[in-house]
Amino acid sequence: MTNTVTVEENTIDSLLRLDRMPHIWCSGCGIGPAVGCFIRAIWRAGLDPDKMALVSGIGCAGRAAGYVKLDSFHTTHGRALPFATGLKMGNPELNLVVFSGDGDLLAIGGNHLIHSARRNIDMTVICINNFNYGMTGGQMGPTTPLDARSTTSPYGNFEHPFNVPYLVAASGATYVARWTVLHTRQLESSIAEALTKPGFSFIEVLSPCPELYGRMNKQSKGLDTMHAYQQRSIVKDGADPRDVAITSNGHIVVGKFVDIERPTFWDYHKQMLDRAQGKQP
Amino acid sequence: MSEDGVLCGTFFMNGDVACAEGAISAGCRFFAGYPITPATEVAERMSERLPHVGGVCIQMEDEMASMNAVLGASWAGMKAMTATSGPGFSLMMENLGLGVMLETPCVLVNIQRAGPSTGLPTLAAQGDMMQARWGSHGSYEIIALVPSSPQEIFDLTITAFNLSERYRVPVLVMSDEAVGHMSEKVVIPRIAPEELVSRRRPDVAPEQYLPYKSDGDLVPPMAVAGEGYRFHVTGLTHDERGYPVMTADAQDQLVRRLVDKIRLNRNDILKYEEVGVEGAEVIVCAYGITARIARLAVQQAQDEGIRAGLLRLITVWPFAEDRIRELAQQVKAFVVPEINYGQIVLEVERCAAGKASTLLVPHMGGGVHSPQTILKAIKEAVQ
Repeated sequence: MTNTVTVEENTIDSLLRLDRMPHIWCSGCGIGPAVGCFIRAIWRAGLDPDKMALVSGIGCAGRAAGYVKLDSFHTTHGRALPFATGLKMGNPELNLVVFSGDGDLLAIGGNHLIHSARRNIDMTVICINNFNYGMTGGQMGPTTPLDARSTTSPYGNFEHPFNVPYLVAASGATYVARWTVLHTRQLESSIAEALTKPGFSFIEVLSPCPELYGRMNKQSKGLDTMHAYQQRSIVKDGADPRDVAITSNGHIVVGKFVDIERPTFWDYHKQMLDRAQGKQP
Repeated sequence: MSEDGVLCGTFFMNGDVACAEGAISAGCRFFAGYPITPATEVAERMSERLPHVGGVCIQMEDEMASMNAVLGASWAGMKAMTATSGPGFSLMMENLGLGVMLETPCVLVNIQRAGPSTGLPTLAAQGDMMQARWGSHGSYEIIALVPSSPQEIFDLTITAFNLSERYRVPVLVMSDEAVGHMSEKVVIPRIAPEELVSRRRPDVAPEQYLPYKSDGDLVPPMAVAGEGYRFHVTGLTHDERGYPVMTADAQDQLVRRLVDKIRLNRNDILKYEEVGVEGAEVIVCAYGITARIARLAVQQAQDEGIRAGLLRLITVWPFAEDRIRELAQQVKAFVVPEINYGQIVLEVERCAAGKASTLLVPHMGGGVHSPQTILKAIKEAVQ
C-alpha cells in the first residue's frame, strides 16, 4: 500500500528499469518526458505499483512497457487494448494502463480502441501522437495532418486525419483529454486523474518526432516543435470534442474535454451475474 | 450439477457443448470469442455457464481481440480459452505466435469447416491441420489434439488445459463440424483436483525472479500480474530477464528452448490409439471424425481376410513420427483418409521414408468419407 512507501522512494528512477538504459528514443523525442509524467502521476495518485500493469503495442511509444518497472507487457501491433482487457477481466483489482502510439492505437488497433471505449473498461490509455510511424522510418498514419510530408506522402498527405478526442468520446470514453509534452504539469495531473477515475480514460499526448516527422515538416529539432506547441496551443477545458481537430498550422486545442460518469463494464457485468445466478439450473 | 456449478453426470450433448463443459471441468474461468459457424455453440454455452462458476465470458470485436484477451487473462492467472473456425483461426494466428513467444498457457479450439476463405461454413473439413502446425510466422512447436466424438472433445479439452499449463504453450483442439454438431452420450466425471495441472509458479523473491530462466526444466516458472514480481515480457526476442535482445545468439537460445521444450517431451505429450496393428500389412492412419469411419472400413477389410489395422492419431502435433517409422518396417502401405487434399499424409510419407507406400484418400470437405471409399483404398494398397 502507498503508506508503506517512503517519500524517498517516490522518484522517477524507482519506477524505471535502469538496467535497460540508455533507451532507444531519439534526442528531442517527446516519449521520454511523457513517461516521466506517467511515473510522477502514479506517485501523485498514491497508487501501489504492485497492483498496476502496463501494456504496450508496437512502435516507439510501445517501447514504454519495457522501461517502466511495473508488470509490463509488450504485445503485438495494435493489440494492447484487447490484451489489457483480458488482464483486467482476469484480475479486476489491477490498475491497467495502455501506453502506445497513434499508429498502433488508431490504425491497426482502431477497432479495439472504439470497442474498449464502448465497453467502458476501467483502464487508462496514454496515446502518444507524433503524427507518423517513427519506428519504421516516418510514414504517414491516421493522425497525419492534411498536406503534411512523410516518407509515404512525399507530395503531402491527401487523407483526412482522425480527430482523436472526438472519436474516443463518441465511442463512450468517460475521460478524454489532450496535452502536449510541453504541458508537463497539466499532463501529469491529468494522468493522475485518469488513473483514479473509473471507466475508460484516454489522454492524447502530442509529441515531437524531430528525426522523422519534424525533419520532413520544417521542425528538425525537438525544440522547434515545442515552440510550435507554445505558440499554437490553446488550453480549453470542456471544449466540445467536435471542435478540436488538428490541422497543419492552426491552433492546437488542449485540455480536459470529457469527464463524465457512466457505468463501467464491471458495473453491468455484476448486474448480469446476479440475474444469471438467480437463474442457475 | 455439483454445488460449485461444475457439471457431473451423464448427458446427451453435442461436441461444441461438451467442449465448453470440458473447459469448465478443467478449471477454465475465462472465455473470449467471436461468433462463427460452426463454433458458435461453444461461446453460447460458455456465456450461459461461466457466470455459474464465477468466470468471465466476453464477446470481443474480432478474433484477433479474442486471442489477445485470452493471453491477457492467462497472465492474470486464469485458465483461458477461445473457440473459432477457419476464417477466425486465420485471424488468431498472429497472436497464437505471441502466446508461443510469451509462453502463455491457453487453449484454442478450432471447429473446422471447409475452406479456403468462407468456404462451406456449415459443413465439416480437416483442412487446417497444417495451418495448426505452421500458421503463425517463425520457428516454433505447438501441441494439437484431435477428438473423434463429443465424449472425446470433453476429455481432450481437459488434456489440452493440462498440457498448456505444463508446457506453457497454447494448445489447439482441432475438432471439426461433424464432431462439433453431433450429439451423443457424454459422461462427465467429477474431476479430482490432482487430475488438473497448474503452471509452476516462481518460488524466489521478486528481485531474484527471471521470467525466462529455465531451472533444469525447459519450462520456466510463471509469475502473474499483480503479485509484485514487476516482470516484463515481450514478443521481441528476449533473454532470461524478459528484456529484448536483438542478436542472433539470443534468438538461437530462445527459439531452441521454445522448440525443444515440446520436441524433447513428445513422448510425454503424444497420444494415439491402435487397433489390429500387430501383424498388419496395411494400416489406416486417421484422426478426428475420419478415424471413426476408418475403424469400420478396417473391420470390413479384416472380415474379408485382409490384415488391416488402424492407427488413430489423438495428438497430431507433435507428430507420432517414431511410431510411424517403426510401423513402416512392418507394413506394405499406409492409407491416409482425411477431409482435405493431402496434409497429414505428407507427414506419414516423410516418416515412412520409402519403407512403406502411402495412399491418400482425400475428401475436399463438405461431408465425411464413406467406409466403402476407405475400404477400396485398403484393397488397392495391399495389391
